[in-house]
Amino acid sequence: MAKGLPKSFKKSLWVFHCNSGSCNGCDIEIIAALCPRYDVERFGIKLVGTPRHADALLVTGPVTRQQAERVKLVNEQMPDPKVVIAIGNCGNTGDVFYESYNLVGPIQDVLPVDIHVIGCPPRPENIIHAVAKAWTKLETLEGK
Amino acid sequence: MSQITKTTYQLPIGPIHPALKEPVMFKFEIDGEKIIAVDVELGHVHRAIEWTGMRRNPIQIIYLAERICGICSFVHPMAYCRAVENACNIQVPERADYLRVVHGELERIASHLLWAGVAAHEIGFDTVLFLTWEMREKVLDLIEYLTGNRVTKAILMIGGVRRDIKPENIPKIKETLEYFKENYKKLSHVFLDDKTFKMRSQGCGILTYEDALRLCAVGPTTRASGVKKDVRVDQPYAAYSDLDVDYMTPDKRTGEINGDVYDRIIVRLLEVKQSIELIERAVDQMPTGDIMSEPKIPKLLNYIKKTAGEGIGRDEAPRGEVIHYIKFDGVNEQPFTWKVRASTYANILPWIPMLKGQQIADISIVAASTDPCMSCTNRVTIIDKNKKYMLDKEQLHKLSVEKTRRLMR
Ligand code: SF4
Repeated sequence: MAKGLPKSFKKSLWVFHCNSGSCNGCDIEIIAALCPRYDVERFGIKLVGTPRHADALLVTGPVTRQQAERVKLVNEQMPDPKVVIAIGNCGNTGDVFYESYNLVGPIQDVLPVDIHVIGCPPRPENIIHAVAKAWTKLETLEGK
Repeated sequence: MSQITKTTYQLPIGPIHPALKEPVMFKFEIDGEKIIAVDVELGHVHRAIEWTGMRRNPIQIIYLAERICGICSFVHPMAYCRAVENACNIQVPERADYLRVVHGELERIASHLLWAGVAAHEIGFDTVLFLTWEMREKVLDLIEYLTGNRVTKAILMIGGVRRDIKPENIPKIKETLEYFKENYKKLSHVFLDDKTFKMRSQGCGILTYEDALRLCAVGPTTRASGVKKDVRVDQPYAAYSDLDVDYMTPDKRTGEINGDVYDRIIVRLLEVKQSIELIERAVDQMPTGDIMSEPKIPKLLNYIKKTAGEGIGRDEAPRGEVIHYIKFDGVNEQPFTWKVRASTYANILPWIPMLKGQQIADISIVAASTDPCMSCTNRVTIIDKNKKYMLDKEQLHKLSVEKTRRLMR
């Protein structure tokens, strides 16, 4: 667990997953993190179907032109306080697609990103670690 | 007197699938709960992979091809490498051919299990999702053990593969295969004998033999309709010609072909079994020798640069046939053209006959039954004259789960 996480949390952390043009690699690793081997649901981390219920947003993939607006919309629909986690190299830097004409750019050009997870795709452990970090941030934000 | 006119509803799904290579937009004509017409639009989001590829050197493209799809991260570079080998006349050592079979089949197992889990999830059977994904972790463990990565494997190289399977690795492979053989029974029991699965999948989303032929469906989707089409058998590549592969059609198990969702489940499960056997045989028969035709990459690059020619690489991905075409002009390092035809693309048109006459609640399982390379059917807008309301993926899923519950009663 991340450093600085209090012993008792105010609430469980619900995440929303949004694909902004990824290759699926990161997405399956997110699902893998939810499945029995890693089973993050035991910590109360749950994937929800709508951004309006979510505390954290997981964005995967470089942002393609068509998806940029949608990603922004999803982010707007999330209630505050929230954290945005960019998962995967291509969401953080563009990765192999960096020069493509159809990309608006890395996620941080579209949204304020709080946590970057590097890897192509990152291992489920890394994703879980990022979510735990997000939790720390949320708890501090809410404590204020 | 007021006249009652019967109207149908328009129901678009997409195009903003939070989807991948092939985001799609469906337009449904709905009469009550029934779908009477379907239209599909393609090409909403793309990452310009081919365009980017034409600005990279042939070795860099391998890694680009790998990222076309995270699930098919072996077959795409494989088809690409075979296209380049074809264009430049590069001979692949025999051992590498066997290694390619092993990795390709491992990927097939992982992909089919992934699909099985997703299909179970679509009808609201999450226990099975967890069951299959737990099994899938075992394949991923093996893949990671052999290649170093779980998802994007980076194992292929033009003219061979990058890592060998050493004698000390064999016990672990055998152990994993044993695990699968033991658990295969459980898996097929859950999927093929379970009442809920049968109710939701039998007679649902039918694709007839003629339609499958006419619309050029590929992979398990077409085989479930009885069309004998499999690149591994039709035009054996790598070591498949030595390994005795056969078409997997549903009549192998049930004796009949219906072309429904149930048949597609059967085909995929049979293929998992087939893959286990193929890996076993490939590991046993593997000859010794080199694994790369040219281990010095700069030399290889230089050779490709000087060669003009075009080539085609086909292979059988878990979802069907993948074709890569490449052309070099003999002057530039970058390819002159690179064209990719992924399998889901061919499997999209068959959705139309499959979905016609089905209920809205069946959309997700029918669409999922072709194993489209898209994570989800996300959003539906129902336009009812001036009123407009949205059905998101969540609600679609809920409808699907409710239907299962109804049937259970
Ligand atoms: S980071 Fe890599 S694995 Fe993840 S979506 Fe991007 S290309 Fe795919």
